[in-house]
Amino acid sequence: MAETKPVLMQGNQACVEGAISAGVRFYAGYPITPSTEIAEHMAVRLPDLGGVFIQMEDEIASMAAVIGASIGGMRTLTATSGPGFSLKQENLGYAIMAEIPCVVVNVQRMGPSTGVPTAPAQGDVMQARWGTHGDHPVIAFSPASVYETFYLTIAAVNLSQKLRQPVIMLLDEVIGHMREKVLIPEAGKLLVERSSDIVPSDWKPYDEKGLTPLVPFGFGHYYHVTGLFHDQYGFPTGEPSQVERALDRIHDKLNKYRDEIVLTNYIGHKEPRVVIITYGCTVRSARAVIKRLYWQSRLPVGLLSLQTIWPFPAAEVAALARKADIIVVPEMNMGQIVGEVERYARGEAEVVPLNRYDGEMITPDQISELIGRWL
Amino acid sequence: MKQLTQDFLRTKKLPHIWCPGCGNGIVTAALVRAIERAGFNQRDVVIVSGIGCSSRAAGYLNFNTLHTTHGRALAFATGLKMARPELIIFVIMGDGDCSAIGGNHFIHAARRNIDLNAVIINNHIYGMTGGQHSPLTPAGMKATTAPRGTLERAFDLLELARGAGATFASRGIAAQPRQLEQLIVRAANHKGFSVVEALSPCPISYGRRNKLGGAVDMLREMKNNAISVEKASEMDPSELEGKILTGVIYSTEAPEFSEEYYRLIGNRTDGGTTSG
Repeated sequence: MAETKPVLMQGNQACVEGAISAGVRFYAGYPITPSTEIAEHMAVRLPDLGGVFIQMEDEIASMAAVIGASIGGMRTLTATSGPGFSLKQENLGYAIMAEIPCVVVNVQRMGPSTGVPTAPAQGDVMQARWGTHGDHPVIAFSPASVYETFYLTIAAVNLSQKLRQPVIMLLDEVIGHMREKVLIPEAGKLLVERSSDIVPSDWKPYDEKGLTPLVPFGFGHYYHVTGLFHDQYGFPTGEPSQVERALDRIHDKLNKYRDEIVLTNYIGHKEPRVVIITYGCTVRSARAVIKRLYWQSRLPVGLLSLQTIWPFPAAEVAALARKADIIVVPEMNMGQIVGEVERYARGEAEVVPLNRYDGEMITPDQISELIGRWL
Repeated sequence: MKQLTQDFLRTKKLPHIWCPGCGNGIVTAALVRAIERAGFNQRDVVIVSGIGCSSRAAGYLNFNTLHTTHGRALAFATGLKMARPELIIFVIMGDGDCSAIGGNHFIHAARRNIDLNAVIINNHIYGMTGGQHSPLTPAGMKATTAPRGTLERAFDLLELARGAGATFASRGIAAQPRQLEQLIVRAANHKGFSVVEALSPCPISYGRRNKLGGAVDMLREMKNNAISVEKASEMDPSELEGKILTGVIYSTEAPEFSEEYYRLIGNRTDGGTTSG
């Protein structure tokens, strides 16, 4: 990929540029801090590309409109923050069930409820996982920089199309509002992966044999789309074996493509005694710690940053737990991902939470002070 | 009346799930006849529906059909229409689906004057869940959640649509399917947000509780109370008390949203829409 042009931009804007580079041409949304810049940039950019920007009457309608446009064949995105993300949950579940691709951005702010709308937090990790009802698979990315926001949004769009599965971009207020350098590929170059433009004559929307690309409405394939459990043609069924098979189907596709979905990055000592596991803006403070304690002092410390939060990088965490004695999990909430880390560390390493929930970032000093006792 | 076009029905999915005496089948048949009469290409027609008895109609119709979430059919349809303005979209909703949980989307679709054809099957009750009152249940009528009769006043759905900016509003009744068919054709040919309110009997969850008799009695009562707008215009308002006004209640012209949008952006495209 030719990276030609360094540009200074905001995280929310990088999300827009990434989406457009990946072929997104439809945005529906509703204003909410701290995600509003995404809507504002989309409103400027999409019309020039022949795309559609529409400000809907509420968050629920935004999610619905995005799904409708996806069924029409457009690549779509909507953005919101915690309260709006709550409102989108029912239709997000619909998109998962009906296997309609779309990208949903949640620029997290301090909750619960209206909370502190302008303060950063990482409190929606579990909402992203379990916000909609029923057993459902979820893909959620959590970028740690403006640059990562650009590329993970591209990955989110393409993965969403390939798997016919909504992908959640879990930004936080720090990443959404900060300005950093991004290397933008050549102007006008679309980073679009297309699965196939050829539709087989025996195409079925939910083929038992596995994934099929979505054929948009209006091309003569008269299938049905519903949030009810459905057979391979999309028609409702309550037959127990078909219900079970349909639920397995939407989970199996994520298992099958796990290696493409689960993205993590490890830096630091090869045989660490202490490992920091974190995500989003907190990765930045953890990197400063690694710089100081490992790059400068060569202490046995490492950092696993999670670009993918869901599906949880269980194997990566389990492998580190076998090497390390201590795993520290800093997060800007009262402890959400730490439970997952404990689950997959299986007692092989001691898991220690580090939480901050006053609307401020976790500092490198806070992390250093905690891990210093084991070094 | 002519035999229904089998091409537009998913005959393997029949018989339908509706109760004996339900009017949903009559309204659905009127819709199929209207699509045939209007001469639309099958591949250009999309049926979107919400949740409830009426919304199950989508599954029986052989087009691209989208059975959405409760109350949100118009919001899904808005996204689809903006992505693919050439499609002819019918949105089937029930009275609770459209005017209670979906009320916000209804007024905003009307305000935008987006070219969607809303067919609201109004049986005055939540049927799927067994007979709770809706915003279109007439005051005083009984429901499982209003055992002493509902205190709430009903919306006049078409006045609501007019106030919100819809440019075509009409009312038909299941007892007069030929007129209903004609109204749906006119709604479909109207550019802008069009509303067809189709009154339909629910003898099981509404009629029985309110002692309105069986399906035939309810249809007869509906027919006896119906007065066309043309006839009503010659009558004294006092004579119209308790009557059902049928026909095109109003029709006007205003810029249509999807057309205006693409005109505004200069009909540009860079191939963002995939053909599958």
